[in-house]
Amino acid sequence: MDKEFIQIRWHGRGGQGAITAAKIVASAAFTSGYDGVVMAPTFGTERRGAPVMTSLKISRTKIYDLSPIETPDIVVVLDHLLLKETDVTHGLKKGGIIVLNTPMAFESYSFTDFKLASADITAISVEAGLPHGMVNTGMIGSLEKATNLLGMDLLIKCIEEEFSSRKPQKNSLAARIAYERTRVGG
Amino acid sequence: MHIIENGNTAAALGVKLCRASVIAAYPITPQTPLTEKLSEYVERGDMKAEYIPVESEHSALAVCIAASSAGARVFTATSANGLLYMHEQVQWASGARLPIVMCVVNRAVGAPWNIWNDQQDSISQRDTGWIQIYCADHQQIIDAVIKAYWIAEKVSIPIMVCYDGYILSHTFMPFDLPDQKTVDAFLPPFKPDYALRPEEPANLNTVTLPDVRLDVRGELAHSYMEIRYLLQEELRTTLDVAADAEKRFAEIFGRQSDPFIESYRCDDADCVALGLGSLTYQLRVSVDALRKEGIKVGVMGLRFYRPFPDEAIAGALKGKKSVVVFEKALSYGYEGALTSDLKSALYEHLAGTGTLPSIQNFIAGIGGRDIRTDDLTKMFRAATHGRVSKEPLWIGLKL
Repeated sequence: MDKEFIQIRWHGRGGQGAITAAKIVASAAFTSGYDGVVMAPTFGTERRGAPVMTSLKISRTKIYDLSPIETPDIVVVLDHLLLKETDVTHGLKKGGIIVLNTPMAFESYSFTDFKLASADITAISVEAGLPHGMVNTGMIGSLEKATNLLGMDLLIKCIEEEFSSRKPQKNSLAARIAYERTRVGG
Repeated sequence: MHIIENGNTAAALGVKLCRASVIAAYPITPQTPLTEKLSEYVERGDMKAEYIPVESEHSALAVCIAASSAGARVFTATSANGLLYMHEQVQWASGARLPIVMCVVNRAVGAPWNIWNDQQDSISQRDTGWIQIYCADHQQIIDAVIKAYWIAEKVSIPIMVCYDGYILSHTFMPFDLPDQKTVDAFLPPFKPDYALRPEEPANLNTVTLPDVRLDVRGELAHSYMEIRYLLQEELRTTLDVAADAEKRFAEIFGRQSDPFIESYRCDDADCVALGLGSLTYQLRVSVDALRKEGIKVGVMGLRFYRPFPDEAIAGALKGKKSVVVFEKALSYGYEGALTSDLKSALYEHLAGTGTLPSIQNFIAGIGGRDIRTDDLTKMFRAATHGRVSKEPLWIGLKL
């Protein structure tokens, strides 16, 4: 993966916190020296439970193109049922990464052109002490395991800052466990 | 300190740093998060201001007009049909010469109903006597709000700070958040020449006859025509004040830019794209792509639309073979308003010199239609050798 300019598309459901997770990764990327970070939610159709998307572009230099991502390097999917509802791999580059929250076994998926990274983030988050369904910080741990992009220490710091008044330790614990348990395909 | 936030928050932080003391607003997408942020600041005590939730945009600006007349630094914000509903008061605010700052979070106007971005709302208010500033990113939003209060209070003319709905208002990116001390050094407290006081009641802007006459003190008073002439004259000299503001801002904040035109790779360009707002940043990507093909192009983003910096524009475009104007609005029945204004400026300053460039007008992103960078590049490339159509061409039209 080209680490000068990275495009990550997040698929979640309204209320799942995909935007917050993308914002945390954006902060971490900016802190680590990526001068260009742009996070653009899709607009107008956000409702609780409905499929939503967020684009995150990370670049070494300032980003001038705010148009939606067409060919992501990575897609992060916060709910495995979205695989049946939306074409989450649309435009995903060949060899691109799918970071998936799923209770299903890693072996039950076969993506020929893409690399899968998966874990049961829903269960991991409950184990970390978060309310059922709060999976966004866990997804950050999975994403880091799949990409080795920003380093867990920095991500944990950014998670705890973002959630400073809302269970910071439990959120960072979810990310740590997710990092340990995420399986990454070849 | 750099922070990563959305454009609405950038605007709200600017208003807070400018110590606005009266805010009146009515929520409308995509402006809503901006006024929500301000009401939070006031509620938490982070901002010493009166937040007045009103029942309409018309009332929002009416409250700002009253509070500004009483000497308060005021703020409101709106979008699309909210701005149109305000229109009567918009005209009033400039006629009354009140230094109101209003963010217009650009959105398509109905009908049909549409909540997404284009710039028809603010462009349709072009002739109301307000100053209009357009922003291309979050740094420009927060900086423009701060500069706007300084300029507005110098010339007693209200200012619209316009930025693209969603594309900027809801998108997160890093920007430098200045500290309070720096903003205070730039922007002194608002001290109007005249302010209403309860102990000294007065009628303001009452019926003004067609001709001049003696006032109650026996002095010859301006009539409507003189008052309106002075608005026009002082709007024109606002260009000099804007240049002063930019210089002062650069000295205090250490960020410098051209007050009127932000140019990218224009020096040796034969063909230059021109536009307002975030589209001009996206066009930089097209410029880079076309430069790789060996085509000499550049892009200019206009920061002030009213007053129109005609001399600066004509000077910047002198010697160019062609200009391609990309607009997210148009004067229905003719062409993009910026295109017409550009032609007027070039005629004024370059006619007879044999250096008039050809002009092509493209309309893009109406009602939030995605503007693909590849499509922009394709259309730009097609127009680099000169005009391809007299009528404006709509990019991405599916008819």
